Amino acid sequence: MSEPLLRVEGLSVAFGATAAVNGISFDIQAGETLGLVGESGSGKSATALSIVRLLHPPGRVTAGRIVFKGRDLLALPDSAMRDVRGAEIGFIFQEPMTALNPVYTIGHQIAETLRVHGRARGAAAKVRAIELLTAVHIPDAERRVNDFPHQLSGGMRQRAMIAIAIACRPPLVIADEPTTALDVTIQAEILDLLREMKTSLGLSMLLITHDLGVIAQTADRVAVMNAGEIVETGSVRSVLKQPQHPYTQALLAAIPGARRAPTKAADAAR
Amino acid sequence: MPLVDVSHLVKHYTRGSSLLGDGAIVKAVDDVSFAIEEGETFALVGESGCGKTTTGRAILRLVEPTSGSVKFRGEEIRDFSARRLRDARRHMQIVFQDPYSSLNPRMRARAIVEEPLLIHRIGDSRSRRARCEELFGLVNLDPAHLLRYPHEFSGGQRQRISLARALALNPSFVVLDEAVSALDVSVQAQVMALLADLQRRLSLTYLFITHDLRLVEHFCSRVAVMYRGTIVEMGQTSDVFANPQHAYTRALLSAVPPLDPDAAAQRIRYAPTP
Repeated sequence: MSEPLLRVEGLSVAFGATAAVNGISFDIQAGETLGLVGESGSGKSATALSIVRLLHPPGRVTAGRIVFKGRDLLALPDSAMRDVRGAEIGFIFQEPMTALNPVYTIGHQIAETLRVHGRARGAAAKVRAIELLTAVHIPDAERRVNDFPHQLSGGMRQRAMIAIAIACRPPLVIADEPTTALDVTIQAEILDLLREMKTSLGLSMLLITHDLGVIAQTADRVAVMNAGEIVETGSVRSVLKQPQHPYTQALLAAIPGARRAPTKAADAAR
Repeated sequence: MPLVDVSHLVKHYTRGSSLLGDGAIVKAVDDVSFAIEEGETFALVGESGCGKTTTGRAILRLVEPTSGSVKFRGEEIRDFSARRLRDARRHMQIVFQDPYSSLNPRMRARAIVEEPLLIHRIGDSRSRRARCEELFGLVNLDPAHLLRYPHEFSGGQRQRISLARALALNPSFVVLDEAVSALDVSVQAQVMALLADLQRRLSLTYLFITHDLRLVEHFCSRVAVMYRGTIVEMGQTSDVFANPQHAYTRALLSAVPPLDPDAAAQRIRYAPTP
């Protein structure tokens, strides 16, 4: 197998004296989507934040390596890390209303990402922002580029955040519960968009979620986290259809309606 | 006679009204009718802003309906005086979504559970204390933890405290407003099992308000699907899920990501003309 795009080796994270992540390892190949699934407090978000070094004190990485394109991110100086964030690793957060800056327009925030990473500035950045908003299927992008976050619906805000995340064409995007705050019909549209971006841009993705249904429809492989450890990892098909670890089995069994035939719409159309 | 009979319920809000003129009217609930039979679990399902929560609150008169009728055991609760309404609320209770903001952080668990008994002047301090222990046992919490504060409990445990408080007055009807939505799936499964168990033991009738179709299918006997303030479809849960009639219901059902990775999501979109 070729060198993976991202390799996490023996990562441990602690908040003060409390261990949150205990020596987990996984890798992501180019073009692959890895789903990291687990319940509250399992350490999945701490893992994501550690990769881009955005973990806030008292949280800190206590052991391990995070090798991205052959470089250990944990050993990079801060300035080099700033170049990686946004340009090489995009980030999509759960709550677009708090992740976006309320006092700047969507266009300004996309242009800022482009300018900071030297991709475009001035009028060119604005043109590129409109292109990006069109790419994430925001209708009437020429007008919407001047909107502030509060003028957009939740789904549109999440599209705008995806536009920022992909602005510099990063090879890897980390999406932390990207659809959790959204209604189910909007969630389905955003998942469609993420799949489309993955194909059209050849993105690799680390998709963090508590929802195994989201994993089933979006990821190639899945790692199941519980209490700071990865208890099971494998292809989505094998893990969901033949879970080996008791925790994965319990997680699947807890989902209401897990046993029902999944093609309701097809049934209804008969 | 149904336990709860809602007919032509309307709740309008005025948005952005000022001294200079009236703002736009938001029809949060717009002519909604349904009846809940004794002992059943009736689901009100829909997405953010569809009016499901407002409907639940209007039934308890936690918000005053604009018009329409809400009958509880055949009596029109919209005609009740404040005092009569307070008495009626012994029989109709609500559990809210967020177990973090719905419990007073400065009150111990026992004070939270005891409060409805105090308000309704039931028993003396000794019998109330015994009732709190009984209620804690009923929701599978350890009575030894009654003196703890909300922050010392997990999310699932807090929701059990909310439930114990709601059950303190022996209600017959409980509105569960997204009562398990904030919980992790494994905790959610435990609380759902507890709700089903309590329903059997205490002959409770539930109005189960949720956005999560997966919870409705196995927990609720009948379901009403709400969209933009109106009920677009209502029926036996199994019928609605197997053979949805309204285009919005079909879109909603098809948006739930299937757990089977081989099941290509066959999505149906719903775009009504505004």
